[in-house]
Amino acid sequence: MAINFIEPLYEVVRNQDRCIKCRVCENQCSNEVHRYDSDLKVMLSDETKCVNCHRCVALCPTKALKIVKSDNCFKENANWTQANMTSIYKQADTAGVLLSSMGNPEPLPVYWDKILINASQVTNPPIDPLREPMETRTFLGAKPKDIVKDKSGNIVNNLPPQLELSTPIMFSAMSYGSISYNAHESLARAATELGILYNTGEGGLHEDFYKYGPNTIVQVASGRFGVNKDFLNTGAAIEIKMGQGAKPGIGGHLPGQKVTADVSKTRMIPEGSDAISPAPHHDIYSIEDLRQLVYSLKEASDYKKPVIVKIAAVHNVAVIASGIARSGADIIAIDGFRGGTGAAPTRIRDNVGIPIELALATVDKRLRDEGIRDNVSLVVGGSIRSSADVVKAIALGADACYIATGALLALGCHLCRSCHLGRCNWGIATQRPDLTKRLNPDVGSQRLVNLIEAWTHEIKEMMGGMGINSIEALRGNRLMLRGVGLTEKELEILGIKHAGE
Amino acid sequence: MKRVYVNEKWCLGCRLCEYNCAFANSGMTDMVKALNNVTINPRIKVEKANGISFAVQCRHCKDPICVRACIAGALHLDEDGVIRIDDTKCVGCHSCVMACPYGAIMPSQKGVMQKCELCLQNSSKEPACVKGCPNHAIVYEER
Repeated sequence: MAINFIEPLYEVVRNQDRCIKCRVCENQCSNEVHRYDSDLKVMLSDETKCVNCHRCVALCPTKALKIVKSDNCFKENANWTQANMTSIYKQADTAGVLLSSMGNPEPLPVYWDKILINASQVTNPPIDPLREPMETRTFLGAKPKDIVKDKSGNIVNNLPPQLELSTPIMFSAMSYGSISYNAHESLARAATELGILYNTGEGGLHEDFYKYGPNTIVQVASGRFGVNKDFLNTGAAIEIKMGQGAKPGIGGHLPGQKVTADVSKTRMIPEGSDAISPAPHHDIYSIEDLRQLVYSLKEASDYKKPVIVKIAAVHNVAVIASGIARSGADIIAIDGFRGGTGAAPTRIRDNVGIPIELALATVDKRLRDEGIRDNVSLVVGGSIRSSADVVKAIALGADACYIATGALLALGCHLCRSCHLGRCNWGIATQRPDLTKRLNPDVGSQRLVNLIEAWTHEIKEMMGGMGINSIEALRGNRLMLRGVGLTEKELEILGIKHAGE
Repeated sequence: MKRVYVNEKWCLGCRLCEYNCAFANSGMTDMVKALNNVTINPRIKVEKANGISFAVQCRHCKDPICVRACIAGALHLDEDGVIRIDDTKCVGCHSCVMACPYGAIMPSQKGVMQKCELCLQNSSKEPACVKGCPNHAIVYEER
């Protein structure tokens, strides 16, 4: 290549007065940005390789480093932005599909930030969660519609299998392969300690983690990687992945270099081969086909486990959810367009799908209108960033939330969005042994436990403020929400009033 | 007693422990002032080979052969279990260096020997290597 058209986005700024040349930045950077020049006796850096993951910044003992946005810019153009121009240069260089990782970073509306939560004053006083009981326990699964009695008048237990969560938050699907063994162990141990669930993603379940089965959701995706009878029977629930918020309408692709011996064994595919999940399930072309898979999985697991169907939030999500609620599925998981990924085509990640807030509101309403809301529980994900987002989601009608990006942040992720390169400096999205060991699950699981406990405290505080003492009483309680700066149409879809109304 | 233990499984070989050790024992309050343009001589050393790394410092043996080897009575096992060196007595004969099976005693810049004393009497008050380890590869605990 004669000319490099691509300019680095960041500059590595080193305060040479503070740098003690300990070379920690150098030995911690898998992108080989930093180097020591023994003639000059200084640390130098090559910012063209920097992904802005902040590993060096976080570990520098004298805080001598910072990463700043480069002001080296192309001529300003509101239409042909530097990002648009750079994309063209990249594709002209490589002829490739642009790849990205983690969630959609574009400045599209975040409805959570335009929704405000109520609090009680004077009448219906607030509740102090430190002094009075506050219930965050949540059960997921289909609820019986009728009370059935036998001939002698005793109530028949017709409750379908349920998942019990100590708090309405779960770790959503991330496969072993896309994330490391130690990241998985951190999630599994944290979920077990917290009394919630984590999700295997589509990569199967490593044999070491079968012991965490009661807190595991096992996933069956279009590639069927790692799916076998033991796998299905080990988890507390089985999730059929129809779609993912970051890349609706397409499958997954784990590059062969990430398919190490251990990943290959867990996925039941040859070592070094690319793991490609097809866009559709090749046996599902209708709700009736989906129903067959739901019941195949129930049959295989003796009707003891709830089946979750996960879909991406797309334009016709309400109709699709209505079909799923009639397919025998116990739980519907909806993933919004800001959901994360280990790798997705950039154009799809940034342009396909709809916001989870609107999808949730419309699905909940549709299922209620059709009288089938109790057929299923609703779990939503796709950028739940805080306990306030959880409270708003539940008030909009969700039973629980899935978090993944937030969980990875707790493990050290700095959202550099370079997972697809496989060189994660935080030991999360990589299979390189020298990098995966950077995430000690003793530390990782504790940080996850801390995060969820903190959120649970905050959820209790917010519920208490509203004068509500259980998740049950908050669920679908849209009167507790008000919109700010939203149009009539947006308020209508969200089913909430404007602030001041 | 609480001792420093190393778990090589989680050691990244980043050498932050060496720098934190050198700083804690420098007697200074600013790391840059203490360590800039200095070749450090820490009491903990990271050993690396074949992709494995771990940090080594004094094990504070219950029956320390360094103390037995000391010809000047400078090394002693204190009541709290910590092996300390009295550098006013050390004659720099290197007998302890030769005797220590872990290579955990080394000469200091002053000519006398130095070793890990768990930072209990310097400004850190607890092992600085443990406090600064980013991956809990060194722990200070009772076993």
